[in-house]
Amino acid sequence: MNIKNKPTKKVIHLHVNGETHEAVVRASDTLLCTLREQLGLTGAKRACEDGDCGACTVLVNGEPTHSCLSLAVEVVNKPITTIEGLLNSPVQSAFVDHWAIQCGFCTPGFIVNCHALITNHPNASEELVEEWLQSNICRCTGYQEIREAVNNLLQKSQ
Amino acid sequence: MANKIWTTVGTPEQRIDAVEKSTGKVRYVGDYSVPGLMHAKLVKSTQAHARITSIDTTEAWKIPGVRAVVTGEMFPFHIGPILADRPPLAFEKVRYYGEPVAIVVADHEHQAKLATTKVKVEYEPLPIVNSVQQAFQQDAPLVHENAGQYTKIIDNVYPKSGTNIGSHIKIRKGDFDSAWASCEETITANYSFNLSDHVALETRSTRVEINPAGKVIVHSCSQSPFTIKKVLNQFFNVDVGNILVHIPMVGGAFGGKGTVQLEPLAYLASKAVGGKLVKLEFDREEDMITGPCRIGLDATVQLGATKEGKLVAGKYTYLLDSGAYSDQAAGITRAAAIDCTGPYHIPNVWCDSYCIYTNHPFATSFRGYGHPELTFAVERTIDQLAKKLQIDPVQFRILNGIKPGHTSPTQTGLTANNIGDVEKCLNRARELIKWDEGQKIEIGKNKVRTKGISLFWKTSTTATNAQAGAILTFEADGSVNLNCAAIELGQGTKTVLGQILAEKLGMDMKKIHVTMETNTQYDPHQWRTVASSSTFLAGRAVISAAENAIAQLKKTASIVLQCTPEDLEVGGGRVFLTPDPTFGVEIKDIAIGYTYPSGHSIEGQVVGVGKHVQRHLTPMDEQTGFGKPGPWWSVGVQAVEVELNTRDFTYSILNAVTVLDGGTIINPMTATQQMRGGMYMGLSYATSEKFIFDHNGVVQNTGLRNYPVLRYGEQPAEYLVEFIETPAADGPFGARGIGEYGVIGAAACLANSLSVGTEVELTQLPLTPEVIWQAKKVEKQ
Repeated sequence: MNIKNKPTKKVIHLHVNGETHEAVVRASDTLLCTLREQLGLTGAKRACEDGDCGACTVLVNGEPTHSCLSLAVEVVNKPITTIEGLLNSPVQSAFVDHWAIQCGFCTPGFIVNCHALITNHPNASEELVEEWLQSNICRCTGYQEIREAVNNLLQKSQ
Repeated sequence: MANKIWTTVGTPEQRIDAVEKSTGKVRYVGDYSVPGLMHAKLVKSTQAHARITSIDTTEAWKIPGVRAVVTGEMFPFHIGPILADRPPLAFEKVRYYGEPVAIVVADHEHQAKLATTKVKVEYEPLPIVNSVQQAFQQDAPLVHENAGQYTKIIDNVYPKSGTNIGSHIKIRKGDFDSAWASCEETITANYSFNLSDHVALETRSTRVEINPAGKVIVHSCSQSPFTIKKVLNQFFNVDVGNILVHIPMVGGAFGGKGTVQLEPLAYLASKAVGGKLVKLEFDREEDMITGPCRIGLDATVQLGATKEGKLVAGKYTYLLDSGAYSDQAAGITRAAAIDCTGPYHIPNVWCDSYCIYTNHPFATSFRGYGHPELTFAVERTIDQLAKKLQIDPVQFRILNGIKPGHTSPTQTGLTANNIGDVEKCLNRARELIKWDEGQKIEIGKNKVRTKGISLFWKTSTTATNAQAGAILTFEADGSVNLNCAAIELGQGTKTVLGQILAEKLGMDMKKIHVTMETNTQYDPHQWRTVASSSTFLAGRAVISAAENAIAQLKKTASIVLQCTPEDLEVGGGRVFLTPDPTFGVEIKDIAIGYTYPSGHSIEGQVVGVGKHVQRHLTPMDEQTGFGKPGPWWSVGVQAVEVELNTRDFTYSILNAVTVLDGGTIINPMTATQQMRGGMYMGLSYATSEKFIFDHNGVVQNTGLRNYPVLRYGEQPAEYLVEFIETPAADGPFGARGIGEYGVIGAAACLANSLSVGTEVELTQLPLTPEVIWQAKKVEKQ
């Protein structure tokens, strides 16, 4: 067999959920696969890898970001928050209390997105909520319950 | 309507999986990784129908990390759940765009993926069968040259040699021809729509290893762990007992994970690398077209009635687009025939249901198993006939709704126990949608509000020996583990089974621990988690296991309390004397046997076992369809009100209603979730979803960017769900199945509403403004 392996990986540091982690990545490794395979943070899901479904949403500099469309090397030195970093957040309880969870696969992406929405726009209008949440797909189609959870959070934050 | 005689049943107990899911800590099958895990990727067909002339893997082997390349001639056999007609890897020819042709196994996923692009496959194109209408022609090219020679895995599949017919199911009830001749009003209408996809958010994924002792260990996101064992046994000669299947929580399935495709491929991949652990996961595009999808349909419905509006005769011709292989489409062909009429009393029924091969991706079960599809055709025809007869559509449905005392198309006798109450559902839905305020209301220039209604039913066409079991093990703190093989797909089955157990044991839900992962070595056999059958089958098994445990608790307690078991009752975490409840023993003190102060011990752990198997089900007669297909029919009504722009045919859904008679509702909130999610999914399908094929049979929309599904904010502004609870004597606490039902009537009531608003009979799906505009254009010509 013809072996021509060249060194293709590099050590980077990622700031995730308030901790700094070392990762060994190829230039083409996405943030999603780095979080999942190297840091064991599997809350962000791989569902379309095309930016269409929002299941991989994480926060980079506080902004919701499709981690499937971001390269790991792009987000070095930027604060990253994943669903695992939002433990005990009000958004999680609201999703539980309002039955906004079925199969749970879209849930981390929705919760991270909703967390950023409520943080950035505590007085968000229905139109703004719709604009934000249209980036995520829930195929169990629990949109009515998700709307109730978000409305409840907005009422509390106002 | 919650029945207050129970404490947990009928109560919206919180889902037992919600907290864990909200933290992102649930590990789905694709979330596991271990050092040494190898990755398989597929080489897929670039042609919809072609002869494979050569496969050259030389360049693929040069990619670093590649450990194996598997091609079709290494396993040149056919597999399938009903008719064995599908090679796991294509050999000799390919029959759909995206079909697996080869597997590459490598150390890393990116290496495997790169190597798949280096496998050179030469094709010699064959004529494309691009629609069921074309496939049904006598001189059509053949998708399968030897359709008649495939092995039948179950009864009730009838492939026809020399045609594209994978199966033909007949219903012959009464005397259709003479009844039709006597009808005073008749209608014949044709409907069609293309294949579409489940789009479960979790794509299909599996990992398989073969350990040195010959055990095949499968982890998968499947609705059918025991079917995986059956398939690996039947077609790969592995002993059933040597196959261990693990299923963690599943990220949505909707029927698409009921059939077995990925696991045999991963088994072949693992075998090719000496049994090492191999992961095979579909990316979204593969999940949509390489994996099985949802059937397409061409339906012709003929209905005849008296001038008073009594239905007399119905004829139904269903051509199901099964795609390249029959898979579950052969079963859906049967299910569509069984319930062909919808819940109407029609004495004379003729149905020809065909499973048709085309060069499209192959279809499998989809939530509703053919019923949303046939309901669209039937309910549109009912509305058109009501219009001809000048009878109000709701009244026409009440007049002809099926009732106890009638028979189903397969001539099963209907009783108050095995069918829900059609008339009650219709009347309640009529109130909720405010039907009597008018079906069509002009609200300004080019704007109307219109309402549409649909009536539907479904039985669970399970295997005649479909069954489930449950094992209860008691803990030293008096809590109970519930082990059973029902799969949690998001439908809430584990919560509902926990409630059934809590009710039966008179115990707090917090004391019930339902195992979330299914493991075929520990869990008793369960048919599959499909056909809205788990609450019924596993629920009955849980009740029987609870009764078994109660007998053991009473026996141990009777020794301790020096009385007979008949004197005792179980509840509130105790076993106590019926006449004097203060005299008793706590379950925690007898859960693992009772120990006397002397050290002497009796009885040991309480281990409750229970099971339930379908009773008196039969296959169908080949010539007439006669038989008993399922244990009960749930019936329901759905309705929508839309606001339509009559100039450009854009519309929005203002109100939606579902009224379902699902027998006793165990958990009103999970049931409501199922109805809401089901109807939204049905509306998504009805408004926007279908595969688009070019003239070469190549799917043009293989991703979520150009295959639109319902998103946040597109759901109806208001959606009301109610249940009528006519108990089913057979079901656990009187429950029937409900999981699929929310989806069944959605497309039909939307199409009925829009047909009224646009004043054209809509016969196609999805109902995009363009489709409506074209229907109007055709009508004008």
